[in-house]
Amino acid sequence: MDYQRIDDMTKRMRRKILDIAHSCNVNAHLGGGLSMVEITATLYGAVLKYDINNPYWDERDRFILSKGHGCLGYYSALFEAGIISDEVISAFQTNESDLIAHPVMNISLGIESSNGSLGQGLSMAVGLAIAAKKKSMKHKVYVLLGNGECNEGAVWEAIISAAHFKLDNLTAIVDDNGMQSDGKSETIMNYGNSSDKWKCFGWNVLSVDGHDIAQLYDAFTGHEVENKPKVIIAHTIKGRGVSFMENNNEWHHNRLTKTHYEKALQEIGEI
Amino acid sequence: MEITSSNVRQWSRLGSRGVFGQAILSLAATKQDLMVLSADLGNSSGLDRFKNAYPNKFINVGIAEQNMIGVAAGLAKGGFVVFATSFAPFISMRSSEQIRMNLGYMNLNVKAVAIGSGVSMAFLGVSHYGIEDVAIMRAIPNLVVVSPADCAEIVKTVYAAAAYDGPMYIRLTGAANNPPVYKEDYNFELGKAITLREGSDVTIIASGTMVYESLEAAKTLDEKGISSTVVNMHTIKPLDASVIDKAVSSSKLIVTVEEHSVIGGLGSAVAEYKASLAGAPPQLIIGLPDIYGKAGDYRYLLEKYGLTGPQITQKIMVNLNPR
Repeated sequence: MDYQRIDDMTKRMRRKILDIAHSCNVNAHLGGGLSMVEITATLYGAVLKYDINNPYWDERDRFILSKGHGCLGYYSALFEAGIISDEVISAFQTNESDLIAHPVMNISLGIESSNGSLGQGLSMAVGLAIAAKKKSMKHKVYVLLGNGECNEGAVWEAIISAAHFKLDNLTAIVDDNGMQSDGKSETIMNYGNSSDKWKCFGWNVLSVDGHDIAQLYDAFTGHEVENKPKVIIAHTIKGRGVSFMENNNEWHHNRLTKTHYEKALQEIGEI
Repeated sequence: MEITSSNVRQWSRLGSRGVFGQAILSLAATKQDLMVLSADLGNSSGLDRFKNAYPNKFINVGIAEQNMIGVAAGLAKGGFVVFATSFAPFISMRSSEQIRMNLGYMNLNVKAVAIGSGVSMAFLGVSHYGIEDVAIMRAIPNLVVVSPADCAEIVKTVYAAAAYDGPMYIRLTGAANNPPVYKEDYNFELGKAITLREGSDVTIIASGTMVYESLEAAKTLDEKGISSTVVNMHTIKPLDASVIDKAVSSSKLIVTVEEHSVIGGLGSAVAEYKASLAGAPPQLIIGLPDIYGKAGDYRYLLEKYGLTGPQITQKIMVNLNPR
């Protein structure tokens, strides 16, 4: 496994994120998009099965972005994967664009579902995983949630059901950046140790540094437990890669001005 | 499932839930990719025989309606035709945003089935009644909203839903001993209202259980010298405007009757369309009042709220001849 290749991909993704967040000239969800870049880069660069010439391929792995506001970290991965074009991604958050602040289902662009209303993606992923098993299909289902999103009660309905239905073809990832819209999760709604919670709900739980590609790749590609769904708790930093955005909730949803854009680009460095 | 006089008698005794279960059981024999979901109300939804006969086509998601709709959406994306079932308020209101996202926004092929809507839940009380469901579901783009008139039409609706590639809200009204509107086979098409009788003075547009009561009302209106058209508007969305156009040009009064709040249901749908038509006759909206009242048996509640044939007649008479 060539980790450097994925690492290079994350640099290009962050640069693309800054480019489109700046050029759209309106607020964009930078913090939660930047925290998940290594996760989507590893998935689209090394884990997921897909065919860029046939986005409707029946046997493709399914990826659902349940934390829909993280779409900058999603669109940039789809762009890197060659599924969406430069023209499409450059229209981010412009009138009538296919790419807005939350994913809009568009299989031809590799976007499996519409999200934005938190707490719904895992339920759909459970349905997709049951469907695959019922049809004896071998593809896998991946769903990325946010730690804040796990405040939603419906997430826990879905967690219970995935374990009950023994969905070992399902992998959930929690982008656990420890923050949410209004601030630090431990002060807003502290639900304690996330890993322990998922474990006691019957999941196969792995905990990784969500910015370490080797750890992510290892978690994605091994450690299967028969009859158990897998969750990867990825410990991340909100706004990762741009020092003035890191752990700074002003960048949860903000406009990237020219000054900030240029400063941020310098930090990403040459690719 | 043939509409024969003996079947109609048997279905009528069984009521809407039992017949829904029979229709699903019958559908399963030919529909390979069928999947039926319940939020722990399988037996109460008439699905006991189905789930025993086809355990692989039945999924109980536990008491978790919001998750059920998401799971249904995932199954629909995975190529299944999915019927997701629960009692009316739980499926239409507890999971209304999941319905909005998955069935509305994503236009996924899921049929949300509301068991026991209206006030048929009787002594279970307002918590279990479907009073506001049409108002909410009708406001969601892409959803087809259907309220079958009787048990035979439930069978028709289940088959039509399975053949239709898109999201639906199917609202079952009526209890056991559900009086039949249809005693022989007829042509049923989603979105196409059925004129059951024609008259020159009044047009009564009804849905669900109120189709039968409206036909009863039409008979007594006849005796009083008032001639009425009765329309079964089984599909509330998209509304069949052609029957309203006809009523507007030919009737002195348009009456809508529904076992649903007077706010937001069939009456509102007809009024919204009629509002821009010049020279349209007035409309009498008959439905459940905008209150949460005390519980009672089903027939008692229909009488309490003025939804029986004679009471509908009375209301129309008063409207035509105000003192």
